[in-house]
Formats: sequence, C-alpha cells, structure tokens
Amino acid sequence: MSTFDFPPSIASRPTYGALAPRAGAAQIMLADAEGAEALLAVAQADPELMHRAHVIYIPKHTGERFTDPLRAAAPDILHIAPSYPACTQRLHRVFSAAPMGAQIYLAGTEGLIGQAMALALQIGIPKSAIQTEHRGSVARRVQCVHCKGITEDVMTDPFQCGHCGLNLFVRDHYSRRLAAFQGVCIDAEDPGNVPPSVELYS
Amino acid sequence: MTIQFNDETFRDDYTFRNSEWAIRRFPFPFHEDSYMYSVNMERHRGGPEGSVYEKRFDVDEHYISEMRDRAQVLADDPLRCQSLPHMTLAGWDLLELIMVSKSEDYPDLFELHRDGATWRWVNKPLGIDDTFTFMDESSLPYGPMEYITRQTQGDFAVLDQRENNLWMDAGMVTTQADWSLDFDIGMNFFEWHAPVPMAHEMGVFKRALKFLLNVQQGSPARRLNWTMTVNPLLDTSPENYHKWGIQKTMLTPENVGRKQHLRVELQTFFRLPRSNALVFPIRCYLIALEDLVTVPKWGRRLHRVIRDLPEELATYKGFIDNRPMILDYLSQYDDGQTTSPGIWPDLDTEPPLRR
Amino acid sequence: MSAGLEKLPVIVTAKVKLNDLVTRFEFAHASGKALPPFSGGAHTVVEMQDGAKTRLNPYSLMSDPMDPTQYAISVRRDAAGRGGSVFLHDKVQVGDKLMLGMPVNLFALDLTARKHLMIAGGIGITPFVAQIKQLQTTGGAFELHYSARSQALASYADDLRAAHPKRVNLYLDDQNQQIPLERLLSGQPPGTHVYVCGPRGMIDWVLATAERLGWPPEAVHSEEFLAPQSGKPFTVDLAQTGKTITVGEHESLLEAMEREGVDAPYLCRGGACGQCETRVIAHDGTLQHNDHWLEDDERDGSKIMPCVSRFEGSRLVLDR
Repeated sequence: MSTFDFPPSIASRPTYGALAPRAGAAQIMLADAEGAEALLAVAQADPELMHRAHVIYIPKHTGERFTDPLRAAAPDILHIAPSYPACTQRLHRVFSAAPMGAQIYLAGTEGLIGQAMALALQIGIPKSAIQTEHRGSVARRVQCVHCKGITEDVMTDPFQCGHCGLNLFVRDHYSRRLAAFQGVCIDAEDPGNVPPSVELYS
Repeated sequence: MTIQFNDETFRDDYTFRNSEWAIRRFPFPFHEDSYMYSVNMERHRGGPEGSVYEKRFDVDEHYISEMRDRAQVLADDPLRCQSLPHMTLAGWDLLELIMVSKSEDYPDLFELHRDGATWRWVNKPLGIDDTFTFMDESSLPYGPMEYITRQTQGDFAVLDQRENNLWMDAGMVTTQADWSLDFDIGMNFFEWHAPVPMAHEMGVFKRALKFLLNVQQGSPARRLNWTMTVNPLLDTSPENYHKWGIQKTMLTPENVGRKQHLRVELQTFFRLPRSNALVFPIRCYLIALEDLVTVPKWGRRLHRVIRDLPEELATYKGFIDNRPMILDYLSQYDDGQTTSPGIWPDLDTEPPLRR
Repeated sequence: MSAGLEKLPVIVTAKVKLNDLVTRFEFAHASGKALPPFSGGAHTVVEMQDGAKTRLNPYSLMSDPMDPTQYAISVRRDAAGRGGSVFLHDKVQVGDKLMLGMPVNLFALDLTARKHLMIAGGIGITPFVAQIKQLQTTGGAFELHYSARSQALASYADDLRAAHPKRVNLYLDDQNQQIPLERLLSGQPPGTHVYVCGPRGMIDWVLATAERLGWPPEAVHSEEFLAPQSGKPFTVDLAQTGKTITVGEHESLLEAMEREGVDAPYLCRGGACGQCETRVIAHDGTLQHNDHWLEDDERDGSKIMPCVSRFEGSRLVLDR
C-alpha cells in the first residue's frame, strides 16, 4: 500500500487529498514512483480526461512497474523523466503555457509535490488549481535554518545537515515557497548532547 | 524632551542599559497578575505623555545603537530583509507613513520636505539628508521598505491582503523573537503562526485575523506581546540560534537579575493606503529584571505571572529550563500585597516593597 | 473599529452631468489639506444631511488614487431607490460641505496577478477607472471589457478608449454587442485575475462561466453594493442598550439603530463586508437575509446583517 496517514499537525504543514478529475482548460499531471497509482485512479474515474492530459512521470525505484499502465491509459502526452531536476525546464514550459482554468495534478512524495507546487505558484498558477495526493516514501525535504542548505530525502530525526554539519531536528513548520520543512539545531543549548536518530513517524 | 541617545551594544559585551527614564516608560505587558492569550487589541491613537504609546513610531534613547545593530545583522545576512515583487507599492506606502509620522511627531529630529514627487528627508540622529523621487526606486540606495526601516526601530512585517487572509510577503526582521522571515515569507496568517501552541485551539488567530482584516486607513491598532531573553540580545533569530542558544545556559543565581531580560513587543497595525496592505511593526523593548523590580508593582506581578504560566507557554517562549532560577530571584520582590489593575507603574500610589 | 471611523470634511468642487443618468461629483478637503491616497477599488461612504435625516451612501472612488487634491465619485440616479442618489443629483451643489468616510477597499486589485482582466457593466465602471489609474502608475497589465446600454450612457468610455486604445473594449446593448466572455476566459495566461462589477445578472454570468471553465475562486473577484430593500416596518429589542426601536418602511435596521444613537459598526452598508454582523438573541418570525456575507449555516436565525436585512414577525431581540 503506497498511502500513509500523516498524524495531525500544525497549520503550516501541508495536507494531501485524493486526486479527482476536474473540468478545466488543460490537464497537467506530474507524479513520481507510487504517485502513478493516483494518476491511474483519475484515469479510471474519467478516461476521457486522461486522453487530454499531459503527464510527466518519474519512476524512481519503481522501474517499469507503472510505465506500461500509464501508457495504456493513453494520455495525450506522456513523458517519462529520469529525475525531477531533469524535467524542471519542461515543467516550467508546460506550466507557463497553461491557460487560466488549467488543472494541475501532483502525486507522489512530499519533495516532488512541494517543488512542483512552488514552481507552479511562482509562474502564477493559483493554489486551488493544484490538487495533491501523497503516495510512497514519507521522506522530507528539509532546509537548515542556519546555513539555508536543503537536504533531500530526510528519513530520520534528528539528522545531520548535509551542508554545514549541524545536528538538526525537523519541525513540522513548512514553507511552500522553499518546498521544505524547517531544520533547527538540536544541541545549541547543550553542545554534543544529540539524542539518537529515529525514523520519521516511528 | 530632547532624547540623549546611548552608545551601546546588543551583542558581545552587551553594554545596553536603560536609563531611569526608559525604565519608567517601559511597556509592561501584564494588566493583571496572570497571563493568557487574548486578542488584546486597542486603537493606536496616542497615549499618556512620554509613554511608548504617545507617538505613532516611538523613538527612544536606543535608536542610534539599534540601527547600528540592524546594519550589522543585514551585513551578515541580507535575507533578513526581503520583499516579494508585488510588495513594492506597499514599501512606498510604508516609507511615506513613517516619514510623515516621524517628521510630525519629532520635528526636532526628522524633517520631510515634499515638492510634488521630489522629497527631501532629513534624519538628524543618523546624519542623513537625502533627496529622492517618490515612487522611483532608482532614486534611493535601497528599496523603499529597506531604506526607511534601516532608520526605524522595530521589525516590520508587511502583509498583503487577499483571499480574506493576510500574507507575509515583505519584511525587515532583525530583532525577532525566534522566527525566520526567510522561511516564513509568503505564508498566510495561520501558517506563520502555526508553531504557536494552544492559541489555535482557542480560536485566537481566527478572531485576530478577522480584526486585522478590518483595520482601516486612519485607524491603526496595537497590542503588546512578550517573551524572555537572556542578555539584551536583539537578534534572537533562528538563523543564529546555534550561536546564541548557549547563552541561555549561562544564567546563575548571581547574574540572573542582570542577564535575564523581559522582552516586550509593541505590535502596531496600520492599513497602507495605496496598496491596501497592512503593515505590522513589531517594536522590541528589553528590560533587565533588576531594573524592572525597581517598580514594586511590576516586580510583584511578574513573579506571579511567570509562576502561574502554563508549561506549554514557558516552553514555547524558551525559558522553561530557567524558570526556577527566575522565580527564585523574582520571589524576593513579591511580598504578597495586592496590585493595582492596568499596566502603568503607579509609583505614587502603589506601596513600596515590604521586606 | 466601529462607526467611530475617521471622517473627512470635504467641499463639493465640481458637479458634472455626464448623461441622463450619471453625474460626477468632485470633492476637495474642506480645510485645503491633502486628501489621503487610496487604492483602486476603494469606496467612501458619503454622509448627507437631508433635513433631519442623515443619509449614508457608499460610492466607489474613481479619481486618481495618487492625487491628494481631489476625490471623485459618479452617481447613477436611481429614481426607484431610497432617495440618496436623487438627493445628490437634485440637492447637492458646488460649494456644499459633506462628510466622507475614510476610503475602504473591499474590491482591491490582487497585486500578485500577472494580468488584470476587468469586466464592467454600466455604472460598475467606476472602481475600474481608479484601478486603471493605479496600474498606469505602477505598471500592471490590464484589459477592460465594458458593456453599456448605449454610447450616450457609456460613462467615461471615450476617455478610457482615448487613453488606452488597445486595452479598452466597449460593447453596446443597442448595437447588439455582447462581451465574448467564453472566449475571454478561455485563453488567459497563468496568473490572470478577473474582476467584475455591474448588475447582479452580469456578476452571476461571469462567476458561473469562470467556474465552468475551471477558474479557481481566488482568481475571480466581484463587487456589488446592495441597496437596502424597503419593506414592512418592524420592531426590534436591543438587549445591550435596552432600547426598543422601530425600523421604518424605507429605512434599514442599521439606519434605525444609528437614528436612535446606538453604536453600530459598519464599513460597506451593502451586505458585503461583514462588519455590522449582529447576533440574534431571540426571534419569533422570519429573518429576511439580503446580504452576501453570512454563510448558509449562519442564516439559521443566529445572526443578521442590519445594513441590508430585515425581519417580519412578532419579536426580534438583537445583541446590541
């Protein structure tokens, strides 16, 4: 099962729904790994809509598992990308050409959803034109509040900043603009006293 | 009165001091012997002569030194001042509001001469005399918000109003109570307040937002907020927490009166006319406990407030570990006598401390 | 935050008849001071002394928001209305003194927008006139689509077209011209916001079309001032002040409270801003909700908007 129930949290922490077909001037879908399941669910609910969609998919560790089912759903355009950075220029181009009324569907990991949403908002796409559904890994993208470096795929708390080396605990405070959670030094008041790392949500 | 400006520091050797005048006019934030969140807003239209409420933007003896500290913070980390592209108009609104207010309220310190769009701004304490074109960014050394807030005490959050919400889309933040503008910029009212415990459940932010959305041009509002800071450190930013956090562990029973400061924010809210944005100046006042207890009413009351504060709040405000030591110190100044209602010192009517 | 809002004493400096229906009034500060700047889309509440009666009518400011020397409003004569517009047209003259409320904006431009698409019907042009002047100063992209009954009644159309020939489009009912709304809303670049001000039918048409074409609600803005409806007189008990007042046939509940000296907050006087929301303590009868403010589940008898809503029944107790 690729879904996960996040515990209730504070108001800045993103919450995710379930993608649903929505009428609009264009249909743009982006997913990574198990996020494909959420796109396939939309295709099942409204096959016609999928035939008009521009889909960008990043398989990550899932390999070929979802690419054939996505092809079978017959989107107007299907682009398989090896990574998010590899498709950001394309995504920028597609978002910029989307007329008002376009519907955006983002599915998969928090890091992908967050970064693509930040890009869409930066281009001017309104927030409520964007639907999100979390699937797959619960890893977080975390910004070190001290050195500003962003560490991808953080699975433990606390963790060591990949940039400045400080030991950070991960707050639920989240910046949509940065597409990152906030990491704050855990041993500032007692240097060296760092509790053992535990897996997120454990 | 003419203000005697102090030459002092808010870091390293911490030479910051409050004069007798500054102590008497300190904005003590507790109107009764206990504290709980509330939307304690009132109109910001003056106050008792000499009080921090009297002028629209209070200028005090720390002005020059605070501006020097701000310049140092910005040199170290320019991200403390940011403005999203759509906020430039609000920046001009803020520049005008401050220049007009200060030149009217402190004519001996500030002058504004306007000839159409050509404006001349004279800031005597900081030795500035600039002529520029209003609404032309290229005529100023910084953007309008940065230019004027490098010359005005207090942090500034400039909030765009849309979708029935307020968005933190610009700010100058160098004297903050542990929040990051760089992280919070672009957030709405509920998002940037998300880390505050308890208040959401109490509906405090919903009510506060409703109030703020309706703050109108010409009718500014204000409230006080507070926390505790070890040493008179203005820049208690999360960015530098790994550097200053350790200072919290350096309190001793001998130095607590001198090192532990009550930190009070005078928060005001002004509707900005051209942009329809809201500016939220957050002015920080610091006072050492040993100075605060020279006002008997305040010594008694602060002891009771700190003693009875819920654990979540003491944790959020960052002094849970030091609370026992603070209470030991303050208890010497609480003789159990009743206190008069309201925040004012009432030195003439309140009884002296009974030893 | 109530009726004690700051007010501006002004003097009427010009009264310009634009056509059979619309007259423009220009004001300067009564003591020669600068008027506060405002944001495009803001309105002011004009306070008129009509004999013993105080009339308070909101009008969009349509002068240049950056110009501190004058304010201007355009008033459409509404012969079937409650008399405020007729009073202005017939009684108010150059040199008269009036009080204006400070500008309040309930129809502001969204400054995050990459482009502003404006749709105006009839006298609904007025907020856009000020917004366009604001965008001229700050450099924002806009496009205006303006529909009017006839060339003669298309107030300001000539000025706007002369100033912005490529951005202003006029549609005249008597020429069977209609705003091509479907097409307009189908090809706008990301970050476009649409604004509509005009008759109710036009607003509903724009909102429904935008929704059908997938426009998210935060990119769609509308403004309609409701005039208070006349109705049967009714009696209200005010619990806080202990007063019992009667609301006349051509008077709103808010006006009746003000007449009796009850401090009642307001901003728009048109059912839109929420400022006058009042708790209903008890009622025996029917609340006639005419506002745009309350949520459906608040129309259950717990709240009322005294600026536009009325009551029919035997007993109404309010928390005022």
